[in-house]
Amino acid sequence: MMRRFKAVSRAAIAPVGLMMLSSAAHAAEKGMPQLNFANPLTLAQVVWLAIIFFALYLLLDRWALPKVSEVLDMRASKIAADLDAAKQAKSHADAAVAELVAATKTAQAEAQSSVSTAVDAAKATAAAQAAEANAKLEAQLADAEKRINAARAASVGALHDVALTTTAELVGRLCGFAPEPATVEHAVGRALAARAA
Amino acid sequence: MAAGEPSIDALGQFKLTSSLGPLGASVNFSQSNLMMLIAAGLILALLYYGMKPKAMVPGRLQALAEIAYDGVMGMCTDQIGHEGKRFFPFVFTLFFFVLFGNLLGLLPFSFTYTSHIAVTFSLALVVIVLTTVVALRIHGLHFFTYFFPDGAPKLLAPLIIPVEVISYLSRPVSLSIRLFANMVAGHVMFEVFASFIVMLAAAGTFGVIGAAGPLALNVVLMGFELLVAFLQAYVFAILTCIYLHDAVHLH
Repeated sequence: MMRRFKAVSRAAIAPVGLMMLSSAAHAAEKGMPQLNFANPLTLAQVVWLAIIFFALYLLLDRWALPKVSEVLDMRASKIAADLDAAKQAKSHADAAVAELVAATKTAQAEAQSSVSTAVDAAKATAAAQAAEANAKLEAQLADAEKRINAARAASVGALHDVALTTTAELVGRLCGFAPEPATVEHAVGRALAARAA
Repeated sequence: MAAGEPSIDALGQFKLTSSLGPLGASVNFSQSNLMMLIAAGLILALLYYGMKPKAMVPGRLQALAEIAYDGVMGMCTDQIGHEGKRFFPFVFTLFFFVLFGNLLGLLPFSFTYTSHIAVTFSLALVVIVLTTVVALRIHGLHFFTYFFPDGAPKLLAPLIIPVEVISYLSRPVSLSIRLFANMVAGHVMFEVFASFIVMLAAAGTFGVIGAAGPLALNVVLMGFELLVAFLQAYVFAILTCIYLHDAVHLH
């Protein structure tokens, strides 16, 4: 449409030029060459202008300009795709970071709980071992006491016999006669009882 | 122009001659058209060789081609809205055709086809016919309300409507004359100062020293004209976009 009217406008310039022709003809040689319509080249120039301009328009419209727009479109779509990819990568990275944070938190909680479990277990073990040791020590203590008591009882029993013989001996030496064993025993018994009290 | 002559032939540079030998002469193919052909070839070559690597990270030439594409695309979508993409190839062609015409004209021994009113007016006419056709296709006869704004008092209609119609019709005139006049003025100034250099140089030792003045001026002027070349191409394209915006949206 545009092109057709361009051609029409070229045709329309001819009468305009012819109108100016008569007025400019006499001044042709002296005045501006641009207004010298006596020179056939002045109007032929316009015809060639129409042809060249029209051809240039067609070549640009159909051939040269699409080359540029093709590259510009390609670049725009590439940039858009790259931006999309970058956005996607960023969301991936964000998700990974969130996952990492969550995993760290879980691991920390797990570690905390296992540490406290281990501490509890160790405490229980230690307490059990301490109780066992105590029991053993107490048993040993009781045993020792029993042995001490037995030894003491034995020694106390022996002391009674020793006291009897010693007393009898002493009295025999001092008095020159052997005392009544019953009397000695009674006296020793009384003395021992007094000491024990 | 020739050195030593008292007059300065500043307009001779705009004279059309046939190019490409007898074949070009037989079909009235001027040097102006040859420059158009070169400009079109350079625009296509820029895009072809620029986009050949199809690199994800563009090199210099590819970056240039992409900036050209993005720049004009931005112009279209900013000014016209998202419908602007439909007109993008046209605005691209227009902008770079004018820009390369302006820039190639700054090379020595070349020719500036944008310094011909016939060329700029034809381009402006294409723009204005296109915008009118677009407006009629989108809005139908409703398009004619463009010439009478909504809130305006009915009493002023006889005044407003002719003013609006005249301003609409003067668009191609102002569009074409702006570009044409800028290019002609720049190139005339180049020629005048260059003639001064030659004339002064012919006047003897002091003249040669004095010729440094216009030479320096021409150097500065070249920088200025590079700016103008870009600016005028931009203005041409941006006004096209604004007119297309009006056509698509009716104000």
